[in-house]
Amino acid sequence: MRAIDLTVGFPGKPVLEHLNFEWPEHGAVAVMAPSGAGKTTLLRTVAGLLPPLAGKIEGVDGKKTAFLFQEDRLLPWLSARKNVALVGGPDAAETWLQAMEIEDMDALPGKMSGGMRRRAALARALAFGGDILILDEPFKGLDQGLRERIAERIRDHAPFTLMAVHDPEEARLMGAEIWTLPIKEDIK
Amino acid sequence: MKKALRGAGVALFWIGVWEALALLVGHPLLLPGPAATLTALLRLGATAAFWQNVGVTLLRVMAGFVLGVLTGTALAVGCWKWRWFDALMSPLGAVVKATPVTSFIILVILWLSRAHVPVFIAFLMVMPIVWTAVRQALMNVDANLVEMADAYRFSPMQKARYLYAPAIRPAFAAACITALGFAWKSGIAAEVIALPDLAVGRRLYDAKIYLEREELFAWTLTVILLSLALEKLLRWAMERSRGGDGYAGD
Repeated sequence: MRAIDLTVGFPGKPVLEHLNFEWPEHGAVAVMAPSGAGKTTLLRTVAGLLPPLAGKIEGVDGKKTAFLFQEDRLLPWLSARKNVALVGGPDAAETWLQAMEIEDMDALPGKMSGGMRRRAALARALAFGGDILILDEPFKGLDQGLRERIAERIRDHAPFTLMAVHDPEEARLMGAEIWTLPIKEDIK
Repeated sequence: MKKALRGAGVALFWIGVWEALALLVGHPLLLPGPAATLTALLRLGATAAFWQNVGVTLLRVMAGFVLGVLTGTALAVGCWKWRWFDALMSPLGAVVKATPVTSFIILVILWLSRAHVPVFIAFLMVMPIVWTAVRQALMNVDANLVEMADAYRFSPMQKARYLYAPAIRPAFAAACITALGFAWKSGIAAEVIALPDLAVGRRLYDAKIYLEREELFAWTLTVILLSLALEKLLRWAMERSRGGDGYAGD
């Protein structure tokens, strides 16, 4: 995956300008920067959810991308099991919810703790499968033990993982190469 | 049990108020009491004509209601999907909402057969209520969930079924319940003015003309009871449809 003179953001409001980078096809890359620096905007552009303002990204066309959003974005009227099954089928839902250590798979998101919702959203991204797994703050709200176990399971599964993190420890857990975003003056 | 007892107590209180007022007025031509009204209702209920009138009125109102719900929903989807269509249709919505129902009835009598006027009027009352509520609910669907559905490549059917339908369901249900009350009242009003042969509204009009006050009250009571029963039935149906999450595992 390669970005050439990439500018991301919103019309009239660029967030990151003239980025050039090359990432491997396998393994993991952790984008690090303070809040508001544009990590999520970059991730959404890589996923094709936001068109680049200028430049281009090569190597993503035709690839299937699973996206774990910063917010859990589970459908509130469906159980954890059905939220996951909707994108990956019932077998994948069972497998990944178990891997994410969710016991009550039939609970609605509103009845789940923040950590459970995060794990259900992770299960959905993993059940969706694909070539690229994008994780925006994947371990938010999870304790250290869970982080380690879950990171190991994601590492074993995902072909290429792109993640946004605040803490370098989260990148280490995923065995990710750290890539620090160039930060604009007003954000510093 | 406690709820039923309380409901019965409230009903008894208001029947008592009605009886007291009837005694105070002291003239059955002006205000018949509950006993006389109930007797008239039982007498009417024993005739086939009563049920024919009720059945036909019910059919007319429900036809108008269903047409209004379907058209209102279709218009709402169109307005949400295409901005130009929203701009085009908004004056129509404003005119329908602002025009008094009696003006519509008088106008429509010139265009339609008497039997069809109540159907059209009920439709006209229901359609803008459902249209406005569903349009607004669609506009308010969480953009984050829409983006999630795009990211996970939901098909248009999956989006409609698992995202939009559950998101608009509460507003749709509330609009239908409100609209049903309006359909019922406006449909009867249209019958009173258009005077089709078989109609509760026609019987209300006749009772007024022939000074049959007990029958007038009995027909009014019939309208109220049917309206309450229909609302309960609709609430029950909405609640039942909410029971499952509709996920079929595809």
